[in-house]
Amino acid sequence: MEDMMYELLFFLEVLFSGLLTGTLYSLVALGFVLIFKASGVFNFAQGAMMLFAALSLVGFQEMLGVHWTIAFVLTVALMVVVAWCIEKFVLGKLVNQEGIILFMATIGITFFLDGFGQTIWGSDIKTLDIGLPTGSIDLGGIFVDRLELVAGLTAAALVVSLAIFFNKTKIGRALRAVADDHQAAMSVGISLRTIWIIVWSVAGVVGLVAGIMWGSKLGVQFSLTLLALKALPVLMLGGFTSIPGAIIGGLIIGAGEKLAEIYIGPFVGGAIENWFAYMLAMAFLLVRPQGLFGEKIIERV
Amino acid sequence: MSLKKFVLGVVGAAVLAAPFTTAAPAMAEDTLYLPKLVYRTGPFAPGGIPTANGAADYWAMINERDGGVGGARVIHEECEFGYNTDRGVECYERTKGNHNGALIYQPYSTGVTYALADRTRTDKIPLMTMGYGRADAGIGTAFPWVFPLMTNYWGQGTGIMKYIAKQEGGLDSVKDKTIALVYLDIAYGKESLPIFRTMSEKFGFKLKEYPVTFPGIEQKATWLQVRRARPDYIVMWGWGAMNASAIKEAANIRFDMSKFIGNWWAGAEQDTIPAGAAAEGYKSATFANAGFDYPVIKDIMKHVYKGDADAASEKNIGQVLYNRSVLTQVFIHAGILKAQEKFGVKAINGEQLRWGLENIKMDAAMNEKMGIGGMGPEISPTCADHVGGGGFFIQQWKDGKFEVVSDVLTPMDDLVLPAMQEAADKYLKDKGLEPVSCN
Repeated sequence: MEDMMYELLFFLEVLFSGLLTGTLYSLVALGFVLIFKASGVFNFAQGAMMLFAALSLVGFQEMLGVHWTIAFVLTVALMVVVAWCIEKFVLGKLVNQEGIILFMATIGITFFLDGFGQTIWGSDIKTLDIGLPTGSIDLGGIFVDRLELVAGLTAAALVVSLAIFFNKTKIGRALRAVADDHQAAMSVGISLRTIWIIVWSVAGVVGLVAGIMWGSKLGVQFSLTLLALKALPVLMLGGFTSIPGAIIGGLIIGAGEKLAEIYIGPFVGGAIENWFAYMLAMAFLLVRPQGLFGEKIIERV
Repeated sequence: MSLKKFVLGVVGAAVLAAPFTTAAPAMAEDTLYLPKLVYRTGPFAPGGIPTANGAADYWAMINERDGGVGGARVIHEECEFGYNTDRGVECYERTKGNHNGALIYQPYSTGVTYALADRTRTDKIPLMTMGYGRADAGIGTAFPWVFPLMTNYWGQGTGIMKYIAKQEGGLDSVKDKTIALVYLDIAYGKESLPIFRTMSEKFGFKLKEYPVTFPGIEQKATWLQVRRARPDYIVMWGWGAMNASAIKEAANIRFDMSKFIGNWWAGAEQDTIPAGAAAEGYKSATFANAGFDYPVIKDIMKHVYKGDADAASEKNIGQVLYNRSVLTQVFIHAGILKAQEKFGVKAINGEQLRWGLENIKMDAAMNEKMGIGGMGPEISPTCADHVGGGGFFIQQWKDGKFEVVSDVLTPMDDLVLPAMQEAADKYLKDKGLEPVSCN
C-alpha cells in the first residue's frame, strides 16, 4: 500500500515537473509563433536570438557593472536595433517573396547572430544570476523546482499580455492583417516596415525572457541555441499561429516526454525523450495537420 | 569585458577580412611546427577555449623564456574547427605540410581522434590524446602514432571505483551499494558502460544506468529516476552543457554532493561556476591539478602576461582545463628535448618526436625540472606502452575552487589491460594491419 502511494506520488512528481519543463519550452516556442503569426515566416533564427539576447544581458552587466534591470533595458533596446537591421537589410528586400525564401534568409540571420554574438561577447560560458530562486520545494514528498515554477508564472504572464496586445490593440490588429496578406495590408495604409520591426522586436524580447530562464538554469552558452530544437515539436503540436497553442503544446510535450522517458524508456534503453517529443507531435499531425490550435488554411483556386 | 574589447569585437565582426593573411617567413632558422586544432566557437567552446589558451600561452612562454626548445623556435598555429569532425580533418590536411611539416596533433575531440588515427599512421605524425580518445590506443604496437599518455576511460572508471571503495572501507563494503552511472548518450559517454558493468559483476554493487540525451541541456527525467533509485553514489560521464545542468539537478533532488563524482571531463570551473551554490562539495577526477602554485604557471604569468593577473585570469590561467592543456604541452616539450638529444638535430620531424615521446621519463625529478612538480602524473611510456603508468586524483569544489581530496589513484590493471589488448587486437584484425615491432 505504501509502495503504491509512493508510486502515485512519483507519478505526480513526474507529471508536474514535465508540465513545468514544458512551459520552459513554450517560452522558446512563443518567439517562433509571434513572427510566424505576423509575417508568415518560420524564423529559424529564434534560438540564435535567444542566445544573443542572453549573452548581451550578461555582457552589459559585466561591461558596465550595472544592475540587471538596467542591462535588461539596454538589451531590449539592442534587440529593437537588431529587429530594425533585420527589416532594413534582409526582410525589407524580400517583401512578397515566397515563404521558403524568407525562411532561408532567417537561416542566414542565424549564422550571423551566432557569430556576431560570440565575436562581441566571447564564447565562454557565463553565469547569469538575476536573483531567481534556485533549489526545490518539498510538497509532501514531491519536489518542485523553484526556477521552473517562476518560469511557469512568467510564461503565463507573457501569454496574457501578448493575447491582449494582439487582440485589443490597433497594432495587434495590424499585425494580424499583415499576416493574412502583405499587399492587402499595405493597400489599406499599414506600414509593413513598422509592423515587421515591432514583431521582431517583441520576438527578441520574448527570446530574452526565455534566455534568462534557461541561462539561469544552465549558464549562458552556445548550447542555448539548440533549445530551438525542443520548441519545434511544441510548434508542430500547438500550431504555428496560436499563442495558447504554444503553451498547451509545451505542456503536452513536456509532460509526454518525461512520462515516456521514465515509464517507457527503461524498456528500450533510455534517452528517448528527444525523439519521443517528435513522435508525439507527428501523431497529432496525422489527426490535425494544422496543429491543435493552428488555423486551417484553405486556398481556393 | 572591457569597453575597448567590445569596440574591437564590433569592428572585427564588421570587417569580414580573411583571417589567413600571414605568409610563412623565409626559413633560415630552425623551427618546430606545432599546429593546434581548436574550438573557440560552438557548443563546446566553454571547454575548448581554456584548452586552446593553455597551449598557446605555454609555447609563447617557451619562446619568450628559452628562445624555443633546444634552440629551435616554436611555431604554434591554431586552426578553428568548432568541434566538427569534418572541419577538424580539413584543418589537419590543410596544416600538416606547413613549415616543414607538423610535429604532432592534439585535437581535444574523440571524434577527430578516431578520424585521424589512420591518417596520422600514413603521414607518420604523432597524435596526442591525453585523457580522451580511443581506450585501446595505449597499446603502442597497435597504435604506434597515438599517445594517450594517461590511463584511459576504463582505467579512470576503475580508479574512481577504488576511491568509492576507500570511502566505504574497502571493496568488500560496496557489495550492497547502489551506484548510478549518469552518462552522455554518445560514443564518449557509452565508453564507461563495459567497465562499470564488469565491476558491478565482480564487486557485487548494483549498477543503475542513466543515459542523458545529447547535448544534455534538459535532464529532468533522468534525475527524477535517480531520486527514485536512491543511489549511494553517482558517477558521471558528462561533457559540455550537460555537466552544470546535472550538478544543479542533483542539488535539486538534495543528493549529498560529496558522493557525486564526475570523470575528468566533468570537473572544471566551466561546470561548477554556472551551477552556482549547487556545486559546493561536488567531486570529480582530475589528472592535472588546478591552481597557480606551479613554476610553469608562474612562468606563464611572468613572461606572457607580465604579471597582469586580470588579463591572465580572463584567459583561464590556473583553471583545471587550462592547466591540463599546459601539462600536455610539457610532455610534448619533454619528447622534443629527448628526440633532439638522440638525433642531434634541432628541427626534428614527427617520426623523431614519436621516438622522443616513447622514451620520456617523467618522474618526480623530471616533473620538477619542467616546472610541473605535484601538478600531474609521473609517466614513463615505451614503444609498446603508450600509457606509461601514471595516476589521477579526486578533486572537490569548495568555496569557489577545486581542491585535491584524494591520494593518487591508479587503475585496476588486471581488469583494464586485458580489455585494452583485446580491443587493440580486434582493431588490427579489422584493419588488416600487423602490430609494429618494438624490439
